[in-house]
Amino acid sequence: MSREIKRSEPTDSEVILGILNGSKDILEKLYKAYFPMILQLVVMNNGTEDDAKDVFQESVIVLYNKVKSGNFELSSKLKTFIYSVCRRLWLKRLSYKSRNSGSLQDFEETLPVEEDIEQHEEKDKQLRQMEAALGRLGEPCKTIIEDFYINNKSMQEICIKFGYTNADNAKNQKYKCLQRLKKIFFQT
Amino acid sequence: MELTEQIELYLKGKMTTEELRDFEALRVSDPLLDQKVVAHENFLNQIKEYGEHRKLVSEMNAIHERLDVASLRTEVMPLSALVRILWAKYRINAAVAASVAVLAVFATLFSTGFFAKTSAIHSDNIALRREMSREINNKVQRSKNEILKNIKASSKIPADPAMFGGTGFALTTDGYVITNYHVVRDADSVYIQNTDGDLYKAVTIYSYPAYDIAVLKVTDPGFKSLKPLPYGFKRSIADLGEDVFTYGFPKDDPVYTKGYLSSKTGHSGDTTEYQVDISVNPGSSGGPLLDSKGNIIGVIKGKSSNTDGASFAIKSGYLLEAIESIPKESLDKKLILNSKNTLANLSRKDQIKKIQNYIYMVKVY
Repeated sequence: MSREIKRSEPTDSEVILGILNGSKDILEKLYKAYFPMILQLVVMNNGTEDDAKDVFQESVIVLYNKVKSGNFELSSKLKTFIYSVCRRLWLKRLSYKSRNSGSLQDFEETLPVEEDIEQHEEKDKQLRQMEAALGRLGEPCKTIIEDFYINNKSMQEICIKFGYTNADNAKNQKYKCLQRLKKIFFQT
Repeated sequence: MELTEQIELYLKGKMTTEELRDFEALRVSDPLLDQKVVAHENFLNQIKEYGEHRKLVSEMNAIHERLDVASLRTEVMPLSALVRILWAKYRINAAVAASVAVLAVFATLFSTGFFAKTSAIHSDNIALRREMSREINNKVQRSKNEILKNIKASSKIPADPAMFGGTGFALTTDGYVITNYHVVRDADSVYIQNTDGDLYKAVTIYSYPAYDIAVLKVTDPGFKSLKPLPYGFKRSIADLGEDVFTYGFPKDDPVYTKGYLSSKTGHSGDTTEYQVDISVNPGSSGGPLLDSKGNIIGVIKGKSSNTDGASFAIKSGYLLEAIESIPKESLDKKLILNSKNTLANLSRKDQIKKIQNYIYMVKVY
């Protein structure tokens, strides 16, 4: 029934190192190696290509968070981990859409990953909250905050970009923005 | 603001050693400050995480863009599943298309008269009963006055034109007449008309639908007994190629036609019939089929619509069988069939002259 999917896979330790170093190359290898497997899983179980994309990307995020938080033990193959997470996520979505009674046509062996998914959902909730807060913050605050705290730009660059007369003005503005963001974030 | 500035410098590790020592001492002595530092650190971490998350997602989307998902999909799918999914997706369309097609086919067949044709093929045996009402309807207006006049003159003639017409021939001298069952079927009343145009009322005393035979009895008091019949009835099977002729009423005047016996079985191999190559038309039904010596060998019954020159006649043997099965109560006295044939050595013209008084138009109302 199922076809063997043969593809060059990066070694697991290579991937973990790549994740820790933020290597784009490794992400691409990971994606190309494992996405077809998930595509098969989802499409063969009442899903679309876009569903497969969503589920797979979510599982990569789970993997990244787990590796970066330092509590990832390589007790099984990465492939199995990704497959298990995707499987769990897809089952959840199916039951949400009430298209499935809890059984899937499986293609790989699986791991228990409930805990990881719970953590992921918790984190995801916070991320969405942050996204919403930033969205409500409006311009130019949003860009100032993102440039300074996420893109690690210096106050000087921000000052030039937004045309502030001196760095103190920019700092002042940034401070106000951050206060407002905190307010919005903790309100919701 | 000053404080936040300081916390951020501290968190980024951009303080000088002196400042750092002072700040850490302050943190220890002031729990409120310590709390603020921790809260701020957490919050900044959340912003950072959000940033990383967004970066990761956008990178993955970029990779995804470069993938050829469609070809991957065909690669991972077994063919049967592909078919199944296509089926699930398009079965409604397929069903609609199929029903439209079926509808179109039948609508076309129906509108082009295909079904009418097939039913004609299935029953290509045309009974030769003549529909007189249709012909006469056209003349009704013209002949209305005549009919009215006729009623005044002689009340025994029915006012309405006959519905159907056929042919019949005398079985005995005392008013028994043979015709086809399909001629007198569903009849309200039956009249027979001889060559001279005299009309007599008759009733169906017996019918034998299996052989399409009906026996009429003239009830009209004006009917006079006939002279002895000139023809006899042949009991045995006639031979192929035998010259035969008939005399009947496909129109208001008698018509003579001749032909030959072409097969010993009739429509669809019916063994009770002969197939005769002779031209007969609606109205000929019930007419006698005679051989060259003047023996009745059959009763004209019908013809094939899709075979040329195939008319059918009931074999005289079966006619006699039907007559013999008439219950005695239906008869005034025993039927005595003529066995003496006086036509044998006559020319055809003289034969016809002799038989014409014994053959009637059967009018059914």
